[in-house]
Amino acid sequence: MVPDSVRPDHRVIYEIVEPGARVLDLGCGSGELIYFLAKEKNAKVQGIELSEEAIYKCVEKGLSVFHSDIDSGLIEYPDKSFDYVILNQSMQEVKKVDFVIREALRVGKKVIVGFPNFAYISARLRLFLKGKAPMTRSPPYRWYDTPNLHFLSISDFKDYCADKDIRILDVYYLGKNGPAALWPNLLALNVVYVLQKSV
Amino acid sequence: MKKEAVEKNNNSVGIVETKYFTFAEPPKELLLDGGQRLGPITLGYETYGELNRDKSNAILVCHALSGNAHAAGFHAGEEDAGWWDSMIGPGKAFDTTKYFVICSNVIGGCKGSTGPASINPKTNKPYALDFPIITVSDMVDAQKYLIDHLGIDKLLCVVGGSVGGMQVLQWVASYAPRVRCAMPIATALKHSPQQIAFDEVGRQAVMADLDWREGDYYGKSQPEKGLAVARMIGHITYMSDQSMEEKFSRRLKDKNYSFKFKTDFEVEGYLHYRGDNFVKRFDANSYLYITKAMDYFDLSGDKLIPAGKQIDTRFLVIAFQSDWLYPAYQSQEIVRRLKTRHVDATYCEIKSTYGHDAFLLEVDEETHLIKHFLDKTFRGYDVRTYGA
Repeated sequence: MVPDSVRPDHRVIYEIVEPGARVLDLGCGSGELIYFLAKEKNAKVQGIELSEEAIYKCVEKGLSVFHSDIDSGLIEYPDKSFDYVILNQSMQEVKKVDFVIREALRVGKKVIVGFPNFAYISARLRLFLKGKAPMTRSPPYRWYDTPNLHFLSISDFKDYCADKDIRILDVYYLGKNGPAALWPNLLALNVVYVLQKSV
Repeated sequence: MKKEAVEKNNNSVGIVETKYFTFAEPPKELLLDGGQRLGPITLGYETYGELNRDKSNAILVCHALSGNAHAAGFHAGEEDAGWWDSMIGPGKAFDTTKYFVICSNVIGGCKGSTGPASINPKTNKPYALDFPIITVSDMVDAQKYLIDHLGIDKLLCVVGGSVGGMQVLQWVASYAPRVRCAMPIATALKHSPQQIAFDEVGRQAVMADLDWREGDYYGKSQPEKGLAVARMIGHITYMSDQSMEEKFSRRLKDKNYSFKFKTDFEVEGYLHYRGDNFVKRFDANSYLYITKAMDYFDLSGDKLIPAGKQIDTRFLVIAFQSDWLYPAYQSQEIVRRLKTRHVDATYCEIKSTYGHDAFLLEVDEETHLIKHFLDKTFRGYDVRTYGA
């Protein structure tokens, strides 16, 4: 059983990943997700992370991590090295999104992308009624101190995948109180995609 | 750290002494990389802590260019602790209540191990330049004799910074099945032209000193001026622009400029002091031999781990942000090579302003990483990692 303390997006990813899978987490932070996957799903994991403090936390957990910027690519990894490459809550923070996603699709058989939906209803209302830039709940960064470089919606990402001929295998919409199947671009706070390279 | 302070904290290994191990007696001399044979060979070494019953807790510490076997504790009657005392001792990164720590002086060195200042048994005179050119691989081969002698089949860890880090990489290239985890710190798979250039300037400084006498100065005076200049250059490359600014700025030794070629600035005084101290404790020929070994070292490409070779050594690779002598990209290169070969590797670039010296000074950060990494390696991991 997944404990209640586990974040909804982590819970979704936990359900996606098969036991024993090889997983690379790009922007793994303190390693909560991959530690969880390694412990509970016996996944073989490693991470890449930019924050030095987070690297220390990963080492404490016994995780294998590479202190690096994911914008510089994944040249050291041969094609299809992993069953899953995860870009959870980190895609909107990288400079070269398209390049990073292509690299992820190259080294991973499948890619899991999770990001906050900037077209969420409260963000829209904020812009429409108050005339203020969108600020999501997860987490609520202000415009001047946000690590987010890209502000995108679920619709934007769908268009992107269509343009780049990326196959969407699955999608999970996460609303305020559980799944948001209805009008996701309006009611989902977060979204998790499972992608694959088109053959 | 001074002796009294250490004793107060009760985290010192205490009084230690250098031991000696001699092997490769003729006709079983060690065959060197360069094709020559060397023997007998003596290694000066020290150990701290106790080897456990199944001999699974041994850590080999490899020293840097000017280092020696005295890594921790105090020699009787001496005030200064070993060169990595901040990291080795009870409760420290290399916890001597849990681990058995070994440090040996490299061959070619001048602190108890066979080197150019040692007596050549064929002539009964110091080897001087008759001493064969040695490589990092030769240094490691000699260390392996010591590890065999101590009855250790598999080292828990091999660790070292700078040329010590090269030895760590060489241990994996030569004897991977005997190393459970490797920690190359502030090092590289090979010297860049810039690194070779600094070494060559140091060597030329030594050789330009008339007292060097083609290396044959034993019994006379050592080429002190030349060696001191080499050491001064070295020290500049071990610091960073920022650490020098913080340490010296443009502060003067006296109130005003002397308007003579005297030591005006504190930074000049510091370099002179470092240079002068060094010549009292280090052999000039050893400096030539060891820097040459560093320049010859090259485990780039497939040489660290050939294609198809499986190794289960885990790596912790550490670099420092302001280290411009061994820049972080060189450590990243090590990690990339390891990842290509499916070797489990963790990499951290520690924020520091100390430059290359950081590996001796950033104790808290290194301790944090090393302690956890060692503990997990020693006691076993509860998570599986994949070194794709």
